[in-house]
Amino acid sequence: MPAPPPNQSRQAHRTSRLVNIGIPYLWLGLFFLLPFVIVLQISVAEPALAQPPYTALWQWIDEGLLRIEINLRNFMLVGQDDLYLSALLNSLQVAFICTLLCLLLGYPMAYAIATAPERWRIILLMLIVLPFWTSFLIRVYAWIGILKSNGLLNDLLIWSGLIDTPLAILHTNTAIYIGVVYSYLPFMILPLYANLTRLDLSLLEAAADLGCRPMRAFLRVTLPLSMAGIVAGSMLVFIPVVGEFVIPDLLGGPGSLMIGKLLWTEFFSNKDWPLASALAILLLALLVVPFVMMQRLQQRMEGSRP
Amino acid sequence: MQRASFALLFALSAFTVVAVAEDTLHLYNWSDYVAEDTLSGFEAETGIRPRLDVYDSNEVLEAKLFAGQSGYDLVFPTARPFAARHLKAGLYLPLDKTKLTGLDRLDPAIMSQLASIDPDNAHIVPYMWGTSGLGVNRDKVQAALGEAADLDTWALIFDPDTAAKLGDCGISLLDDPTEVFSAALAYLGKDPNSLDKADLDAASALIKAVYPHVRYFHSSQYMSDLANGDLCVAMGYSGDVFQAQSRAEEAGKGVVIDYLLPREGAAVWIDVMAIPKDAPNPDAAHAFIAYMLQPGAIAAVSNAVYYANANLEATPLLDEEVREDPTIYPPAEVKARLFAPSERSDREIRELNRLWTRLKANR
Repeated sequence: MPAPPPNQSRQAHRTSRLVNIGIPYLWLGLFFLLPFVIVLQISVAEPALAQPPYTALWQWIDEGLLRIEINLRNFMLVGQDDLYLSALLNSLQVAFICTLLCLLLGYPMAYAIATAPERWRIILLMLIVLPFWTSFLIRVYAWIGILKSNGLLNDLLIWSGLIDTPLAILHTNTAIYIGVVYSYLPFMILPLYANLTRLDLSLLEAAADLGCRPMRAFLRVTLPLSMAGIVAGSMLVFIPVVGEFVIPDLLGGPGSLMIGKLLWTEFFSNKDWPLASALAILLLALLVVPFVMMQRLQQRMEGSRP
Repeated sequence: MQRASFALLFALSAFTVVAVAEDTLHLYNWSDYVAEDTLSGFEAETGIRPRLDVYDSNEVLEAKLFAGQSGYDLVFPTARPFAARHLKAGLYLPLDKTKLTGLDRLDPAIMSQLASIDPDNAHIVPYMWGTSGLGVNRDKVQAALGEAADLDTWALIFDPDTAAKLGDCGISLLDDPTEVFSAALAYLGKDPNSLDKADLDAASALIKAVYPHVRYFHSSQYMSDLANGDLCVAMGYSGDVFQAQSRAEEAGKGVVIDYLLPREGAAVWIDVMAIPKDAPNPDAAHAFIAYMLQPGAIAAVSNAVYYANANLEATPLLDEEVREDPTIYPPAEVKARLFAPSERSDREIRELNRLWTRLKANR
């Protein structure tokens, strides 16, 4: 078979490369950049009694005269009013604690699944994935039935004689922690599991041969090697939890101020789409920074490897 | 031959799909706000297939309307301040009154009230009206406060000592700044619609003082919690509390719920029917309004949800327990204590809402 002329194949190669690179960029542009630009545009508008409820960014006044209005007051208000800052800090705190709890619970589970016999593994994984077959909303709602003052948990505790009066868990921060950890645990376990199954067990054998105790081998071999899984799982939990709305709304109380709920209020009760957009932009900026830092760290770690 | 019949079948099915789409009515109404046979009765009479989605706050409805292309043909906003604002923004289609018979059966007093926000009653038709008062678990409240305690007062919620005694068995407030502030202002003996800074500060201080005893702020959750005995006092909408009452009776666990209009005054509101200007099927929406103008149909809703309607010819058709209940159809001396919310500018609403968010977060 005669080889194709070299320059034609190079061209084909270039086209396919362009397509391969182009598709993800197109995807990102269409579903990430474009919505972001729209939100950014709304964030510099002013609220108005109209449909949609904000002013247009530009307006043709006359022939050839274009008026562009950029309103930065929304960003200034977010900075001036400590309500937004405290909601943000509270959200970050909730997300951090929940991520930590998910990691503490999820790591042993992922480790156990990864080291379980082959035929058990699939069943255990199914058990992790199974709850997804029920709607997220229903599962969070079910926690109301479990946690409320005459709910399952309190009835059980009173029946067993451990407590006399029902514990007030529903509508507190504790309920939010329970709901979030329950809902997001699979997102921690699955990346960790994927990472841990690829762990080369001969490394642990080598460590044992060289006189390393199991605990120390775990800390010095397994844990560092699973760092990528830990980072991936933590990101998958931390980032959505910061903006979480459903769980704090259903399980939280009036005192649990989170940025997701505040966004809801601005959007629905106040019909202040511009302020809601400004908040969303700031939230995004705040989340991108640790993400980039984390990636830098990972790159440096990979770079330092022999 | 066979291919031809396939093509025919295909064309026919495409046709039916279009026909079905044309004869569907998309309703967006409050939760628990129609009778069991309202939708089936409408479908039997008109052949139009109704689809009902529900919400539990005007804000959710409003957000969809302002975003546009909601896909709904008929919505049920509260007249003031919500429908008033929507009318100003031009969100509703003018009614084609040639398609609506029976508008003359509606209470002239209510129609003239609505005309103040909708000149000539051109866009909106009253659906139900009711009040915002107190849902009370009588036994639990009397156990906490004593047999002789007065129950028809906002003091159950806004007096810190009383609220402290009731906090353990549960107090809930509507998640709505206008409602809660006007109730607090009424309790303080001030104008319930006041936006005066001193008045609002006083009301905020009051709400802050009882805040530790409030279990939650929610606009529909209290229905089931009252019925289950999980709450002992809820600030709520009249019909919702009555529905909690009848659910409690059905459950038969001995929970007794009362609805009381506080002597300090309570808000009265009117929910209306309106057609969004981008409604896909305004004809079907008109048909539904016409159906709800029939005395029998609207009386069935009132009997089911315990809210008063504006149709004078429907009154004789109501169950006696609804018609004779002074908290559903209040006599003149009770009516005198009711007040209607006033209109507010967007800026005023925003400031009130921010104050509200801060209060709820206890900051």
